[in-house]
Amino acid sequence: MSYSITVRSERFSFADLREVFAKANEDKSGDRLAGIAAGSEQERVAAKLVLADIPLADIVANPLIDPTQDEVSRLILATHDQAAFRPLAHLTVGELREYVLDEGQDSARLGALHWAIIPEVAAAVTKLMSNKDLVMAASKIRNITRCRNTMGQPGVLGIRVQPNHPADDLGGILLSAVDGLLFGCGDAVIGVNPATESVETVSRILHGLQRLIAAYDIPTQSCCLAHISTQLDSLERGAPVDLLFQSLAGTEAANASFGINLDMLGEGRERVLEHHRNREVAWVGDAVMYFETGQGSALSANAHHDVDQLTLEARTYGVARAFAPFLVNTVVGFIGPEYLYDERQIVRAGLEDHFMGKLLGLPMGCDVCYTNHAQADQNSADNLLLLLTAAGCNYFMGVPCADDVMLSYQSTSFHDALSARQLFGLRPAPEFLAWLEQMDIVRNGELMAADSPARQRLEGAVKRIA
Amino acid sequence: MKTPAVSNARDPLAAIRTRTPARIFTGRSGSAYRTRTQLSLRSDHAAARDAVQTDIDWAGDLGPDFLRAWDMFAVSSQAQSKAEYLMRPDLGRRLNARARAEIASRCPVGADLQIVIGDGLSVAAVIRQAPQLLPLLHAGAEKRGWRFGRPFAVRYCRVGVLNDIGEALAPTVLVLLIGERPGLLTAESLSAYMAYRPHSGHTDAERNLISNIHAHGVDIEEAADRILCLAELMRRAQLSGVAVKEEGGRLTQNAQPLLSDE
Repeated sequence: MSYSITVRSERFSFADLREVFAKANEDKSGDRLAGIAAGSEQERVAAKLVLADIPLADIVANPLIDPTQDEVSRLILATHDQAAFRPLAHLTVGELREYVLDEGQDSARLGALHWAIIPEVAAAVTKLMSNKDLVMAASKIRNITRCRNTMGQPGVLGIRVQPNHPADDLGGILLSAVDGLLFGCGDAVIGVNPATESVETVSRILHGLQRLIAAYDIPTQSCCLAHISTQLDSLERGAPVDLLFQSLAGTEAANASFGINLDMLGEGRERVLEHHRNREVAWVGDAVMYFETGQGSALSANAHHDVDQLTLEARTYGVARAFAPFLVNTVVGFIGPEYLYDERQIVRAGLEDHFMGKLLGLPMGCDVCYTNHAQADQNSADNLLLLLTAAGCNYFMGVPCADDVMLSYQSTSFHDALSARQLFGLRPAPEFLAWLEQMDIVRNGELMAADSPARQRLEGAVKRIA
Repeated sequence: MKTPAVSNARDPLAAIRTRTPARIFTGRSGSAYRTRTQLSLRSDHAAARDAVQTDIDWAGDLGPDFLRAWDMFAVSSQAQSKAEYLMRPDLGRRLNARARAEIASRCPVGADLQIVIGDGLSVAAVIRQAPQLLPLLHAGAEKRGWRFGRPFAVRYCRVGVLNDIGEALAPTVLVLLIGERPGLLTAESLSAYMAYRPHSGHTDAERNLISNIHAHGVDIEEAADRILCLAELMRRAQLSGVAVKEEGGRLTQNAQPLLSDE
């Protein structure tokens, strides 16, 4: 079905829904690279005007990617709660924007919509929202998850400690992790990206992190962010897996380029659930998956079906939520300037991803980051960090001074975590906060200076390692 | 790390920091960085930004002796400038017509091991690591009785160029040594992307990667060993990618003292 509209006496036509979706996006270098972006600002607005009047039922009835050719499309249809959708079906995309922003829609009411809204609908409404809209709407939605602790409650801001090392030196990894713990970070997960993708390396990292957690009885999760098959091979050889990690994309072909499919994710999750039942750990919940995502990955694998990168990111969340994850974060500035050119585009994408994830029911965090070939710097990261904290983001990354010495990009730091928590009056996850107080790392809500006995004990242990 | 700990009376944590190049235990000013930390981050970012923009001059940067010794020549992807290269990954993944003709006429078809050097996002990494790595790979190939393809270089090169080269030269194992995106720690980090009989349609799922080849990461000898071992694994499995996993892997020291604290 084609669409057309006249704006200021100029006629704009769009061949189909896919073209409306792509051209209604805010400017992104990746949509330009794909050759699907609006040709002018006027055309962009025309597409938004058209999109605003399209009923949600039309979007649900016209999949952008043919379900017979793509298992992600089939999953989206199979998991759609049609009964919950029925009251919304007559709304247009423009009306859904107002519905979501209405003061009457609180966390509980928006939460009831999660499975009524398919990813393409979440993407559509996002295209009509301003940056402030995205912050306001997302701030109303709390998606709470449980594994070894509880993430996502109101007033909680979690941090993943990301203690990567360019040679996978376990001592170096643990030193960085302790630095983060002493900043009150690490409640989301202590998660290492291995430099080497081997079962031996991944196993040793997993054992090392688990020994750290056991030695100090830390109520948190560990993870080694290797390919899912490498983690499962490590598990089979006796390594402890708290969270099973995988990078995800929004089409079957893009996931194939990551070496995964939906069956592998489901089987991996079952395997880890069984493994958890056999371990003597005080689990507080059974969310066992950790996913990372990011706009542009499908195009990068030439697997985008001429669909825009925002919509494909929403479809990625459609995959993620089918596996009840503990953590999901977009790695928003990692992909490079070909897909998100500069600070403006990275900030926009970060806010879009966070809102869409929250609307679709995910415990959404964000790796606020940039590479050294993008038009961005640490001030850009500061800006997005503060905007997403205001938006109620579940967690950020904690990298020593934001400088990831293995992945060679800049994220956010332990210092940044402290700033965001102080500025917005936020706390770590409740179980983790109790541990920080017990260790005297935090007293009366304040991070202790270097003179507390427990802190000196941790640092003393650190000194002996060097 | 390998450098011995240097004691520093004014900074009792100085020795600890040698264990990792990460910026740990830097102190704080309120919730912010100390001024020295803040400015060193800015300084390293400035250097990394400049490194990305540098164009390679193969003869000048690698030296005429090196090129002559290896009978090396350079071709280009379809990108025509650094700026275009940065914004058009699709062009960086394809050889231009001249490059296809040139490698077809100058390189043997069906080598057991074909090495290609790509500038990628860091010229400094290529200059620093490739001239040391190439002789080790050549020696390893000879030792195994493998036919070693004639190495060449690709300007404005992305990883996906493996497919075009695979189509043109049909090597059994193709190794692309390519400069990684500069970080704040170093601009000298090289990656080796590898594929078994690469051809059009191959994605990252069919490739293997050894990253972080630099002074703080994987050293040259280890990188060469791992590349050759992976090549052996690929030849045995007759495939590459996620189904082929490296064995072993170095974790330099254990962390027993930290964990036996309590």
